Amino acid sequence: MTLPLIGFIFAPLFRRDPAVWRTVGKVGDFKVGETSAVDFLDASPLPWAGMTAKTAAWLRRTSEQDFIAFAINCSHLGCPVRWQPSAGLFMCPCHGGVYYEDGSVAAGPPPAPLARYPVRVWGGEVQIQTRPIEIQRG
Amino acid sequence: MEMLQKTFKNAVGWIDDRLGLSATLGPMLRHLVPHDARWWYVFGSATLCAFMIQVVSGVALAFAYSPSATDAYPTLQFITHDAPFGNFMRGLHYFGASAMVLMVGLHMAQVFLFGSYKFPREMNWMTGVLLLGFILLMGFTGQLLRWDQNAVWSVVVAAEQAGRIPLIGEWVARFTLGGETVGGATLNRFFAIHVFIVPALTFAFIGLHLLLVLRHGVAEPPKAGEPVDPKTYRANYQALLKKSGRPFWPDAAWRDVVFCVGMIGAIALLAVVFGPPELGKPPDPSIIAADPRPDWYLLWYFAVLALLPHGTERIFMVFGPLTAGLLLIVLPFLAPSGERSPLRRPWAVVGVLLTVTVIGALWVVGRKSPWSPNFSPEPLTAQIVGATSGPIFAGAQLFQEKSCIDCHLIQGRGGLRGPDLTFIADKLRTSDMIIRIVNGGVNMPAYGAKLKPAEIEYLVAFLESRTKPLR
Repeated sequence: MTLPLIGFIFAPLFRRDPAVWRTVGKVGDFKVGETSAVDFLDASPLPWAGMTAKTAAWLRRTSEQDFIAFAINCSHLGCPVRWQPSAGLFMCPCHGGVYYEDGSVAAGPPPAPLARYPVRVWGGEVQIQTRPIEIQRG
Repeated sequence: MEMLQKTFKNAVGWIDDRLGLSATLGPMLRHLVPHDARWWYVFGSATLCAFMIQVVSGVALAFAYSPSATDAYPTLQFITHDAPFGNFMRGLHYFGASAMVLMVGLHMAQVFLFGSYKFPREMNWMTGVLLLGFILLMGFTGQLLRWDQNAVWSVVVAAEQAGRIPLIGEWVARFTLGGETVGGATLNRFFAIHVFIVPALTFAFIGLHLLLVLRHGVAEPPKAGEPVDPKTYRANYQALLKKSGRPFWPDAAWRDVVFCVGMIGAIALLAVVFGPPELGKPPDPSIIAADPRPDWYLLWYFAVLALLPHGTERIFMVFGPLTAGLLLIVLPFLAPSGERSPLRRPWAVVGVLLTVTVIGALWVVGRKSPWSPNFSPEPLTAQIVGATSGPIFAGAQLFQEKSCIDCHLIQGRGGLRGPDLTFIADKLRTSDMIIRIVNGGVNMPAYGAKLKPAEIEYLVAFLESRTKPLR
């Protein structure tokens, strides 16, 4: 009785979602040197997840073929950081964390740079590989 | 008629006898309490009263609420805007929760100040501390069931904090999220915790808490110079009850009833006048423009997490709450006997005043959250800038474009994160301004690589023009 009960409740701990490549747009949709918000579906969304299965990322095109995809989660407590294009900074609305355009910490409490998603160009499309929310360890 | 009355009386008597109601509950209700346990003693029953409101309004809300990632938000919209009395029911549940947090705080402060946690009531206190934990957990998980944008980000913030626990942090974080990201499984976990697990624990511990009240009796109001001595306390207490004790029902209980009724009235009034918190944007984690904030009873802790010295939060996030909880739990063992009167325990009074002041101050600062950038500051007018062309004007434009204004005030416009720069030229020399702009600081980005030399010159020209007008 106990084992199935624990197994059922704690199942999410042991379920590993596959890493899936998700298309977020065509290469031409993004200008070199610009950072834009993109969103994509999680790796294996539950049928009733609806909009909660979506994840956003900040996609920066650094050259003709190179992209960086940043997690929107502040490394302090996970709040969604906003890109301020004219300042070239990511700013967090919760506790005032700030990051430079390369995701490194510029100011405030964040203990680590913004996490990154693997990103590739595939058949003229930009694809981001899904991954779990970055959890900062103690 | 007389026969009918007799039959009814017999029936009532039969039910009472077979169920043993009077026999069981009678002595409990009539147990003796100190004659001078008066209005200071109503907060515990008021907490219970607020809990009953939560149970009733919560069950009512469950008639319409659908705990599913997709449906929860629309059903809440329906409850709030369409269902008859839905708005009132949500208001009742929200202000009931607020009352419960407030009353448990008052109850705890009173018990602490009266030294009632000392021998032999240590377990009363310890079960009470657990109940406080359950109430806060209920408040937090309840906020998440609102399942709007704020709720989604609160889950992430909770998971990130859980992640700081040594060794098992990542597991606890994944357990909180119900997977690797927020998704279809997230809400249901909090629904189960909020609606089944924590209320069941709360019921059980309230039962135990009340049994312990009956076992050890209601503590008499403390008198200075009458310390608790475990050897003699029980005998003295029994003698006191024998001499001047009053039955709880009705001599003392009427105050609880009056206070409870008054509180229910106040909660209902607040629910009608103010209504429940408005729902935020939909629970879509890809909407980036979010401004997550906890409900008022945890807003002070939100402020703590912003104000901790950088680098310490890693340790604090886990050991801060853990230490506070442990300290509260073991309190009866730190001071198990001795004086109970607050007149002889000045440090206890200072402790309560300090706690209230600190939490109050953090709450005020949390509401304002000056550490958060102002993402939509009012633009600087030509009058404020004092120029419509030239370096000062160009500097003012840069000040806004480069988000300096998001964190600094100029004549009341801008953010509060950094110092107010309205009269900065009176305080800083030009060279210092340049150093700060180029190098940044703990809470300011270094702009050295972001600005061209000419742009720095313009910015400085603008800042140099920020002086107090000559009188």
